[in-house]
Amino acid sequence: MTTKQNITLIQRFDSKDGKLVVAHILVAFIALLIGGIAGLLQTMVKSGTIKLPYSIGYYELLTAHGVLMAIVFTTYFIIGFLYSGVSYTLGGKLLPVVHRMGWTGFGLMTAGTVLGVAMVLTGKASVLYTFYAPLKASPYFYIGLALLVVGSWISGWGLFYQYKYWKKTNPGKLSPLFAYMAVVTFLMWQIATIGVAAEVLIQLIPWSFGWVETINVMLSRTLFWYFGHPLVYFWLMPAYICWYVIIPKIIGGKIYSDALARLSFILLLLFSIPVGFHHQLMEPGISSFWKYVQVVLTFMVVIPSLMTAFSLFATFEINGRAKGAKGLFGWVKVLPWKDVRFFAPFMGMLIFIPAGAGGLINASNQMNAVVHNTLWVTGHFHLTVATSVALTFFGITYWLLPVVTGRILTLRMNKWGIIQTIVWCVGMFFMSGAMHLVGLFGAPRRTAFTTYENQADAANWMPYYVFMAIGGMVLFIGVLMMVVNVVAMLRAPKGVEAYPLGEAMESAEATPVYLDRWRIWIALSVLLILFAYTIPLIDMISSSVPGSKGFITW
Amino acid sequence: MQIHKLEKIWLAIGITMLFVFLGVLGVSAFAMGVKPPSEHHHRIDPSKVQETAPFNNPGLRPIGNLEYEAVMTAFTFGYAPDKMEIPVGSTVHFTVTSQDVVHGFAIPGTNVNMMIVPGEISHVSHTFTKPGEYLILCNEYCGGAHEFMKTTIIVK
Repeated sequence: MTTKQNITLIQRFDSKDGKLVVAHILVAFIALLIGGIAGLLQTMVKSGTIKLPYSIGYYELLTAHGVLMAIVFTTYFIIGFLYSGVSYTLGGKLLPVVHRMGWTGFGLMTAGTVLGVAMVLTGKASVLYTFYAPLKASPYFYIGLALLVVGSWISGWGLFYQYKYWKKTNPGKLSPLFAYMAVVTFLMWQIATIGVAAEVLIQLIPWSFGWVETINVMLSRTLFWYFGHPLVYFWLMPAYICWYVIIPKIIGGKIYSDALARLSFILLLLFSIPVGFHHQLMEPGISSFWKYVQVVLTFMVVIPSLMTAFSLFATFEINGRAKGAKGLFGWVKVLPWKDVRFFAPFMGMLIFIPAGAGGLINASNQMNAVVHNTLWVTGHFHLTVATSVALTFFGITYWLLPVVTGRILTLRMNKWGIIQTIVWCVGMFFMSGAMHLVGLFGAPRRTAFTTYENQADAANWMPYYVFMAIGGMVLFIGVLMMVVNVVAMLRAPKGVEAYPLGEAMESAEATPVYLDRWRIWIALSVLLILFAYTIPLIDMISSSVPGSKGFITW
Repeated sequence: MQIHKLEKIWLAIGITMLFVFLGVLGVSAFAMGVKPPSEHHHRIDPSKVQETAPFNNPGLRPIGNLEYEAVMTAFTFGYAPDKMEIPVGSTVHFTVTSQDVVHGFAIPGTNVNMMIVPGEISHVSHTFTKPGEYLILCNEYCGGAHEFMKTTIIVK
């Protein structure tokens, strides 16, 4: 897709850094494949289509599916993607020390993943991906999780180091937008993972080894969700990076406003962490005042989301009009629909509209009672992370792998990618649609096949489960197509593709300096977290709530 | 920082709607009492549930005209009491705790839906206006036979 004259102008991707990126992307897709097999089997068991052989249980599959898809696939992909952009925009290659940190992070994460998944598959940790105490998994499962988190920290520190070095050697210059956004994403991740790290290191590991007898359950849940909601923004922010920075270049346009993009990322940093209670609205032990405070903070994320929606569609429209499109929606026609690098992320954006609306319902203080722990929630995150984010990541893969390996994206792979995207959307329409509907009738999530002794309500849910299974099968075909394409891309003809990095419009406003003042934003973020969590946490720790012993109930 | 005029209008409409919506949630929670369930702080030693009143004797108790208190325990993989029967139009105040791990407590077709956390006591009230057999199910994974965890309320 690049003409010969341009090749000399293209900055080639550093081949050593390319290997680091490819390693991360490959682990991500191996996780997608294994997680996809587990997902397919789940939908078939749940609909009563098949019975698993005795030694494999539904909840082992469910745990493996959750951990591999939501944690392993996403985290590896994100680190690979962000490292590629940082390497490309901050000096053209990673500093030797950063390169080493990247590989160290990769090594620790992989050791943790292998250990954790081995515990799950051998039935020693069927605790689902939320691992709620007092369900007690093997300590090695928690150690695996800790390694995964610590590995991601080291990778994040590497990224910060590269950014700091660039700032020092380029004084007074505005940092590249991609790198800025990558730094915000990892800042958020570092602050948010403190919660789960505290839960795992201080509570779960000593307790699962038997060094302490009991565990404070409410505290562990609160620490988990302090991390558990920002986690979803950790998936989303890299997708936003693609939408803000990459897509404008791919459609041949410009970034609407550099400053606005930075501001929306700062707002995401501030409002993504102090909100975990909206996952705990239906629990005892937290007063309704503090629940409401966190609901309000949750909803503040609407503001950067609306800014993002505006910027993206402004970019599309301005670009379309520059190409001569007429009328209110004429610009839609001139978008590059046949380019998978645009088509897949665009479908992700489109689906994010209903997905986000569902999220507003989940977080709505009282309305949560209708959908809490029903299949509606499962349907919701299969639209957000498994469609909006996953399709964007797939779209990224189509240019990222060729760029970092020095190969080209062939027309055939492009076409195969478009079909894969359509397959994904169709599968998700059936699966997520059925989940949303049956969830409204009260069908529980995280539950294996059951008719509740032929209870009338439960019997009415069965047809929806069949639709879920059909969707699951279509999605599994989508997983296989994606994996085939990843392998094909690694064997594609050699060549040079440009890293599609967008530039801001000439007319765009200059970026204010204060957006680069990290101390202010970190301090504000910490203050908001202290405000939202201090009193409820003191309440949980100081009141003499008796702890729980561990239980292995699977 | 200069913000484009259209962007300002778009954000102004969005943020106004946001605050109206949050106002509605807040007023209904704090002025009208429609709060999420289980806000109370009642502690219990989870290992001594069966010896602690009132959970040493779970069951349905009339406390007024068409008004009942249902004291219940959740455990792997069931609830006590096993079955309850009430007349149409009854209001039931559920008081529930867990003997072991975290459980769910949901009645499909109603807005009764809460978490049962060991060491805590959860409360929710509901008025059953239609006759029928209502399923109470666990909607939080609690172990290998989680899908069997249920009980019923028959409304006559």
